[in-house]
Amino acid sequence: MNILVCISKAPDTTSKIAFTNNNTQFDENGVQYIVNPYDEWYALVRALELKESIGGNVTIVTVGTTADEAIIRKALAIGADEAVRIDADPKDAYFVAMQIASFAKAKGFDLVMTGKETINYNGSQVGGMIAEAMDLPFISLATKLDASGTKLTLEREIVGGVQVVEVETPAVVSCAKGMAEQRIPNMRGIMAARTKPLTIIPAEEVADLSSYVSYNMPNAKSSVKMIDPSNMDELVALLHNEAKVI
Amino acid sequence: MVLVYINSTTGLSKAALETVTYGKKIGGDVTVVTNGSASSEQLAQLGQYGASKVLVDRSVDGEDPQQLTRLIAAVADQIGASSVIFSHDIYGKAVAPRLSVRMKAGLVAGAIAIPESDGSIKVNVFSGKAVGFVKVASDKQIISLLPNSIQPEQSGNSCSVEEISGHAGSSAIRVLETKKPEGNIPLPEAELVVSAGRGLKGPENWGMIEDLAQALGAATACSRPVADIGWRPHHEHVGQTGVAIRPNLYIAAGISGAIQHLAGVNGSKVIVVINTDKEAPFFKAADYGVIGDAFEVIPRLTEAVKRFKATQH
Ligand SMILES: Cc1cc2nc3c(=O)[nH]c(=O)nc-3n(C[C@H](O)[C@H](O)[C@H](O)COP(=O)(O)OP(=O)(O)OC[C@H]3O[C@@H](n4cnc5c(N)ncnc54)[C@H](O)[C@@H]3O)c2cc1C
Repeated sequence: MNILVCISKAPDTTSKIAFTNNNTQFDENGVQYIVNPYDEWYALVRALELKESIGGNVTIVTVGTTADEAIIRKALAIGADEAVRIDADPKDAYFVAMQIASFAKAKGFDLVMTGKETINYNGSQVGGMIAEAMDLPFISLATKLDASGTKLTLEREIVGGVQVVEVETPAVVSCAKGMAEQRIPNMRGIMAARTKPLTIIPAEEVADLSSYVSYNMPNAKSSVKMIDPSNMDELVALLHNEAKVI
Repeated sequence: MVLVYINSTTGLSKAALETVTYGKKIGGDVTVVTNGSASSEQLAQLGQYGASKVLVDRSVDGEDPQQLTRLIAAVADQIGASSVIFSHDIYGKAVAPRLSVRMKAGLVAGAIAIPESDGSIKVNVFSGKAVGFVKVASDKQIISLLPNSIQPEQSGNSCSVEEISGHAGSSAIRVLETKKPEGNIPLPEAELVVSAGRGLKGPENWGMIEDLAQALGAATACSRPVADIGWRPHHEHVGQTGVAIRPNLYIAAGISGAIQHLAGVNGSKVIVVINTDKEAPFFKAADYGVIGDAFEVIPRLTEAVKRFKATQH
């Protein structure tokens, strides 16, 4: 099975979130970038497991600049066979999806996998957009994926439960928790990653459909009110009279 | 013209009423398009929240986002919609991005408020650690609204309901099995949530969490390690790499309040933290704090809630 895994960079989960330029830009000062956890832990690792069990090839693709080659090498160290970087500094999900769709269409992958969302912009947009641009079925928030021949069997989240579904390849799948377990790259993988092919291709002209005009930090909480652990009637009264939530 | 998509296969959810209210608030004439089996009488009630017409395609089960995209795009085209509104739930997440490409309309994913005066729309970014304002550059826009961001408001009378068909094409996705535990309140929509972490020591101790949740009419949630070791199902895991929620009340027992956990819950209106360690970081994000043993405090709180409920009737 010929699989494409879309990966994005994301700030390390412990990064301090701040903005510059009059709150119009994310402050990258001191920020360490990682592979977006959903892309790495779930999409990439499950793609590798499928390759190990039924054979095939795993390509990773990211839309990014030279600065993003560190996360590409990380994904190669975990086990992807080859990498493609579409050379641009992406501004919106539509731009990213159009670039990847146009690349993927030309290559004829059996399966395109994404994480369910990035942990910085949390949009859940790219997978569905790629699917529409390629006119392929889309299974979102999949928590399990198996393949046999041209048939994919998946489990996906639905309101208040899960559902088992079946679809023919080619298809696009966005991956959520449950798909696979995180893999830590070993020394051999890290060495091998240095010599695996990384192809850089130019971006196509695509107009953005949206942009972030500014950012803000949420209002800080006023100080916490402590309640005596033996007096839960007081807590309930406060939740009713003061907070008005029950 | 505003078009609102709702899924009505299991009746009218609160999230559906929120999206119709949102459509009304951004202005203009609101048409609702839906699929599924809700009765026409039920659907007509959407008029009370601002819809002037409901179009329902009963032949579409809603399991294939591609079918829904074709259906919604056809209706949007017919009525000349300039805005299409979804709930940012599993349907919104699967269909809105497809529709964005099909209509070449910018998507604001996870809106948490009505548009600002400059037309930009507030969304959570960095898993709730900050907010951003998104502006759409295209003539048409698509907005998916995070559940529980606005309250449904009644403003009108019941409206007309019309059956439609023939737009959706065939489904490429075959459903083999649906597993839905009975009686659970889906977490993303819940207004009240009781959550617990590793401080509870083992899965056998969740009975008291469920009792409290039941007394309150709340959903249950947990921290990541608890789901990872299998004490609780994955769909209960909240945080930066789990579900992000914004209930009115979030009660956290035996959870330390790591930054990745806070990211998914700090949009909650009111946070109550119960922890034995007075230095637990979660207290800094809390509105009400209880320093104490969850094994004693939770049953006591459940009793207090029951006493309070008894006085309410
Ligand atoms: C990339 C990444 C992503 C992550 N994403 C998430 C995420 O999405 N969600 C998430 O939750 N975590 C996430 N984590 C993990 C996070 O860093 C914490 O490890 C985790 O939240 C801790 O869970 P906990 O609070 O249940 O356990 P602990 O940190 O072990 O805390 C247990 C707490 O219980 C208290 N306690 C003990 N006994 C009692 C008692 N009897 N009564 C009351 N209190 C008691 C203790 O004082 C302590 O504060 C992520 C980590 C990384 C690196």
